[in-house]
Formats: sequence, structure tokens, C-alpha cells
Amino acid sequence: MALSADEASRFATLLEENRDELVASWTDRVAATLRGRLSHAELERQHGELGKGLHAALSGGGRLLTDEQSAELRAQLSELSSSRARQGFSATETAVSVFALKDAVFGILDRVGGDAILRDYVAFTSFVDDAALFTFDSYVRVRESLIADQAEQLLELSTPVVKLWEGVVAVPLVGTLDSARAQVVMERLLQTLVDTSSPYAIIDITGVPAVDTQVAQHILKTVVAARLMGADCIISGIRPQIAQTIVALGIEFGDIATKASLADALRYVLSKSNGR
Amino acid sequence: MDRVPILKIGEILLVSIQIDMEDQVALQLQEDLADRIVATGTHGVVIDISALDIVDSFVGRTLATIASISRVLDAETVVVGMRPAVAITLVELGLQLPGIRTALNVELGIELLDREHLGEPDQEDVVIEP
Repeated sequence: MALSADEASRFATLLEENRDELVASWTDRVAATLRGRLSHAELERQHGELGKGLHAALSGGGRLLTDEQSAELRAQLSELSSSRARQGFSATETAVSVFALKDAVFGILDRVGGDAILRDYVAFTSFVDDAALFTFDSYVRVRESLIADQAEQLLELSTPVVKLWEGVVAVPLVGTLDSARAQVVMERLLQTLVDTSSPYAIIDITGVPAVDTQVAQHILKTVVAARLMGADCIISGIRPQIAQTIVALGIEFGDIATKASLADALRYVLSKSNGR
Repeated sequence: MDRVPILKIGEILLVSIQIDMEDQVALQLQEDLADRIVATGTHGVVIDISALDIVDSFVGRTLATIASISRVLDAETVVVGMRPAVAITLVELGLQLPGIRTALNVELGIELLDREHLGEPDQEDVVIEP
């Protein structure tokens, strides 16, 4: 529900006249829910700015949070929620920062008195609710982008391609190999083969907890792709249980060389490349 | 019509494909290469496809045919420089290049051919230091 022009200007005046009191009471309420994880001064600064933004939006003729005049206020709100999200506050704690404004305003309205308190308060409340919802939305957006970033970093961290010897690169696979990771591993490995012009690659699966048909399929695809490009792949680090699983599942590695340890694989590659 | 150049470098023929392999281009290359192999009496052909973004089943089959023709004329063919993206696509499509030898780049391809010839002592016309 939009604020009427009257209400908006009345609130703008109210905010202007009681700014200090409002910020103080707002800060007290929020500080109580955050249990000292943000300093009082920091909160007071944030609320002071938000109060100014709110006043600017209302006195500028903004009736809704989506209005053009409220752009500044929206920017402040999303900044607030993104900083809260990064600092690890919960969604509730972030939303309460905005909701607490209602209590603070009510306190002041109650004291000032007047005919239309209730009507004004309800109108203002819906405006604050919009603001809180907006905050919540941007909080979720920031958290999602944080999670996506971390997942990407994890993917990069977990798939290094290392040079073992002149013309020999190795990929120590650690952790479960799903389709997304298998794709990254394949692309990385093939690109490294081209960049270093190494004719041999060792795929070490010591750190892969389980090998099922799908994982084997991913590894086989990588080996075949490397072969198409003219490089030979050796699979190493096959633990006893994994070997048993592979046989039990009937997975065929064909003429791909498999070795028990990385050392064996390296020795094999070196003897092959020396024998040229 | 575009033609793919065939360069003679030492004992081998180098074919660097830098244009889209359309039907006519491929057939022309097939003919030209057979002529050149006979004319030069070479025993090694290196086909560089590092400039190709797309290798479809047609190009794959053409490469296989060229390799077979060369083999009949006693020349070994090595396809070099396949891009990672191309290799991944071929694998995902389940396309293989049967009977084609591959190497990562031209240098390794030539090295591979040299090795092949050293492994065959009855070829007296090839003199390459190890």
C-alpha cells in the first residue's frame, strides 16, 4: 500500500524532528538482537545513514520503496544486507535491523500523539515491511553469490594439474568425481597437455573415495580424448578395494595402462619415453 | 576454390589445414596429397588441424581416408594439434578416429614419424640421427 502524499511528508517531518531519539532507540533494539557482534557506534552510524536515506526518499515525494525517489534508500538497504551477509549474520538478524525501525517509530508516535496515529502508523508499517522484504531479498542474493563463488573456488582448488617430469603431467584427483568436476578435470588436463606439449599424463585416483561405473566412464572419456590429441594416459593410485569394485562392476579399462602407485606410473612412463 | 597447401619439409609432407573443411576442399586435398606422396616418395605425412574449431564425422572420415591412402603409398600419417574442445566433442559424440595416429603438436608429430622409421631398419633411404 502506497503512502499518501500527506503521510509521506508527515513522516519526513517526524523523522527530521526526532532523528537523534529515533536512531538511538532503533540502535538499542537492534543491538539487543545482535548481542554485541557489531559495535554500538557502527550500528548508530548505519542507522543514521538509513534514517537520512528514508527521510530523503519520503521528503522527495517517494510513496513506495520501488519509486525513483527511493533509489538511494534501496542502495543503502542492499549495502546493509550484503555487509550483514558477508559478516555471517542470519537472515532474521538482518531483517530485524529494518523491522526494529517500526518499534522505534511507534515509540515516538505514541509520545507525540495526535488524531491519525493509528492510520499513519499502519501506512508507515507497510513501507517498512517493503524495505525489510527488499533487505531480505538482497541478503539471499548475496548469500547465493557467496556460495556460488565458494563452489567455484573449491572446484579450482580440487583439480590441480602438476608437471611431474619433462613431458609428464599428473592430475591427483581428490574427492568425489561428479560430472561437473570430471568436465573441469578433462578440460584442464587437455589444455595443460597442449600448453606444456607433454605426451604423457598420469591420472592418480588415490584420493577418490569410490569408483562406480559413472566415475570410470568420466575417466575413460578423459583418456580417450587425450589419446585423440596424441597423448597417452596412465591411471594410477588404484587401491585394493577400488580394484575389487572395478572388477566386480565389470568395468573394462581396455588397453589403458593402470598402475597401483604414482611411482610405478612415473617409472613406466619414463621407461617408455626413454625407449623411444 | 580454396586449396590446402602441402609443404615438403625434409623427409616429410606437412599439411596445415587453416580453412573450413568442406566436401570439395577435402576431396581436393585427398587427390593432391596422393599426387605429392608419389611425386616426392615421402614416407611421412603430418596433418596439422590446430586451426580447426570443428571436426565433425565428415572431417574425421576424410582424415581416416587420407591416412589409409597414404598407408597404401607407404607413408605414415600423423594428425597433430587437435584442440581440447574438439577432442572433448568427439568423445562426447562417441566418434573415434580409427587408424589415425595423433600427436600434440607438429614437433612431436615429426618426432613420432622419425621414431617409426628408425624402428624399421630395412628402409635404407632414411638417414636420421637419433
